[in-house]
Parts: sequence; C-alpha cells; structure tokens
Amino acid sequence: MEYLIGIQGPDFVLVAADNVAASSIIQMKHDYDKMFKLSEKILLLCVGEAGDTVQFAEYIQKNVQLYKMRNGYELSPAAAANFTRKNLADYLRSRTPYHVNLLLAGYDEADGPGLYYMDYLSALAKAPFAAHGYGAFLTLSILDRYYRPDLTRDEAVDLLKKCIEELNRRFILNLPSFNVRLIDREGIHDLEKLTLGAK
Amino acid sequence: MASAEYLDESPIEFGQIRVVQSSSAMPSQDSMEPTFSLPIGLPLSSSHSVPLPFPMSHGTTTLAFIFQGGVLAAADTRSSCSGLVACPAAQKILPIHSHLVGTTSGTSADCALWKRILARELRLYQLRHGRRLSTGGAAKLLSHMLQPFKGTELSVGGQQCFGRERSGPSLYYVCSDGTRLKGTLFSVGSGSPYAYSVLDQGVQWGLTVQEAVSIAREAVFRATYRDAYSGNCVDLYHITSKGWTRRNREDLKEEGVHPQWRVSFSTLTVETARE
Repeated sequence: MEYLIGIQGPDFVLVAADNVAASSIIQMKHDYDKMFKLSEKILLLCVGEAGDTVQFAEYIQKNVQLYKMRNGYELSPAAAANFTRKNLADYLRSRTPYHVNLLLAGYDEADGPGLYYMDYLSALAKAPFAAHGYGAFLTLSILDRYYRPDLTRDEAVDLLKKCIEELNRRFILNLPSFNVRLIDREGIHDLEKLTLGAK
Repeated sequence: MASAEYLDESPIEFGQIRVVQSSSAMPSQDSMEPTFSLPIGLPLSSSHSVPLPFPMSHGTTTLAFIFQGGVLAAADTRSSCSGLVACPAAQKILPIHSHLVGTTSGTSADCALWKRILARELRLYQLRHGRRLSTGGAAKLLSHMLQPFKGTELSVGGQQCFGRERSGPSLYYVCSDGTRLKGTLFSVGSGSPYAYSVLDQGVQWGLTVQEAVSIAREAVFRATYRDAYSGNCVDLYHITSKGWTRRNREDLKEEGVHPQWRVSFSTLTVETARE
C-alpha cells in the first residue's frame, strides 16, 4: 500500500515517499510525512505496520540525537544504518518485533552519498537505488533500465517521475502525492511535492 | 494507606504476548518456489494472539473536524455486542478536561478505562509542571501508554479534540494499533466510511457553527442509517477556546425524514462547561 523509493547519484541521494496514511480501506490522511530526520544529512524513510513505524523510527531518531549530544559529533550514515539494523535484529526475535521496512539515505563527508535498504527481517544492503512496497514490483525494472551512476539531479527527478507515472498507470491503489527530498553536501532539501496522480 | 498502595503500579508494566508475524514469510526450503518474500500482507488482516474468553464486537460512528469556530465532535449512542444492542444510550464522547474531549470507538470498557487513565496522567502532568499538556502531547502520551498492549485484543480508536487560543484548535487520531495522526477531519468506527463520504462533501474551514452542527448530525445520521451497529441518538460536542459545550442528545429515530431536521434545530439548548 505504501511506497518508498531512493535513488543515489554521484553526490546526492534523492528519496520520495507517498503521503497516504491509511486505516483498512480508508485514507485517514493525505499529507502524511513518512520521512524522519535523523540528523542534518540523514533521513530515515519508514513504512510498515501502523504503530511500529513511528515508534521504531522515533526511537532511532532520538538515539542518534543522543549520540550526538554525548559525543559531540554525528553518526555517519553507515553507522546509523548499522545501528538501526542491530536494533531491528535484536527486536526481531523478541516478543515484540517491529514490522517495518526502511530506507536510510545520507551524505557523509568522507564516503559521499549513501542509500541503505533494510527490510523487516533486518536485512541491510547498500544499494544505488531501492524501493519498498507493492509499487516496488512495478518500478524496480524501470530503475534497472535507466539508472546510471552519474545521473544529474534533474535526470534523477525525471527517473523518479517515470516511476510514479508507472504507478499511476498500473497500480490499483491511488497514491495521489509524494514527498520528495534530496540530500547532498549542504544537507536535506525539500523538493516540490509530486502530484502526478491527483486529478 | 490502601489507596497509595493501589496507585503504585503503573498499568504500562503489564506485559503482552505477541505472535511473531514474520514467521510465515520465512523463505522456504523448496527451491521450486521463487524465493522473494512478499511485502506486508493486506492491511485488513490483524494480528491474533491470546484467545479471548468471549468474542468482542464493536460498532460505532464517531467523527470530529476542525473549522473556524473550533472543533466539533459527534458520535452515535448505540453500544452493540455482536447482534444485540447492549445499550441504546451510551456516551461515546468523554470529556477529559475542560478543553480536551475524546471520542471512543472500539471496546467500550477499554475506551472508558484508558480515557480515565489519560485524564489522571494529564492532571498529574498539570500539577507537576504547572501547565496543561498540549493535545499533541496528550495524544502521544496515550499512544505510548497503549504501545505495550499492541498485539493483544485491546481496541481503542479515539480522537482528541482541543480548543485553545494560543495554538488554535487541534485534532488527533490515536488508535490502539499505534497510529497517531494529526489532522483536520477524522471519523472512526464501523460507520466511518459512510460518515466520511458525507463530511468530505461539505466540511470546510469557513463553516458557521450551525452549518457545522448540521453537517455533523447529517453524517452521523447517514452512517446510522446504513450501519447496523450505529444508531439511536447523536451526541454533539463543540470545543472552543473557552472550553467544551455539549448539545442536547437528539434521537435520530424521530427525525427519519430529512426536512424535519430544520424544524427541530431551532429548539436546541446548550449546556455550558463546568470544571
């Protein structure tokens, strides 16, 4: 039902998430933000079971901030991704596993941009592009076909629009609008909301 | 002495048992099947855990929305249990304090209990910190208190409505599955789809109080017409910066035909809030 997508470029990461908060068959909210800001240059996109997403994402968010307060410097995206994976894995075999699928996107001064894909079984993979949700079945092949490691920002946004157009054409559910953000050396930038599906 | 002992334990110490949902999605040994794991199942399926002593059913229509005159909350008054009407005069909108009202949906006992726990916690916060907790804070508090019970059959679908001068009115939807959403229009319960379709057509910011009241009643009426588990009367609460006011409960059965509503509207009396 929910959709997340991330595309990494040579010096940026582009991420987008749909805006629907649904309960059974009803759209409760049309402008829901599924991205959580972990630090100035790291975003966590989180979908999954209703309460688990916010609980887990806020837990990670507060702990990353706590690390910064205690140590004086921020966690790198790779470190934050591994920290998240460790927590998810620890909860997986407890009595209260979190059923969440995540994308973690960040920019590191030393390593450059990074996009990390994590699923509810806490499998972590660094990938040049990734997507979550039923929409991923429809859009991953588009990404496979057109992705290049040296995409410019505009080309990445065009690729994102191609994916969303395909969703509007073939996905049975209505996802009218998407939040789009871009992370680069300067930090997190809000791009224009994509509303290709709304009539 | 006895009462101090009773209040020592916080209810959120209670544990919960939850079946691991991901067990069915583990990749199978059989190499003939494609080994991709399907994404999350349809949202209509819920997690089952400890078996209940008897089957619980719930049905209701509650709604709330924000407009220029504050927040309006409306609910039906039928308390149903499987196929029977357990109480035709239940109260589904419970004031928590003079400026905060919560609607209940789901299991009546759970909702009543958690509203009282929330009221207690908010009052304690007010005494300790010298100021009232915001609606968002109250919603977050309720959401965190309900989190340990996720996976059990606890069912609380509530909304909080608030009217305050400084930050304006706010409305939150909190559910026992952990959802917490801030918004301007929510409807909860088995009759909510019917109510949504009426509200989506007419609710906007610029409504007058009378228009808002009439559309809220219309929405509850339409929902009770179609939903078997909603019915009897409608309760309306209007929350402004001065507090909540309750409108007289009206029996929908007597107003089966639409034009008669306009006539009885003018005879509403309004009770003002008391602390």
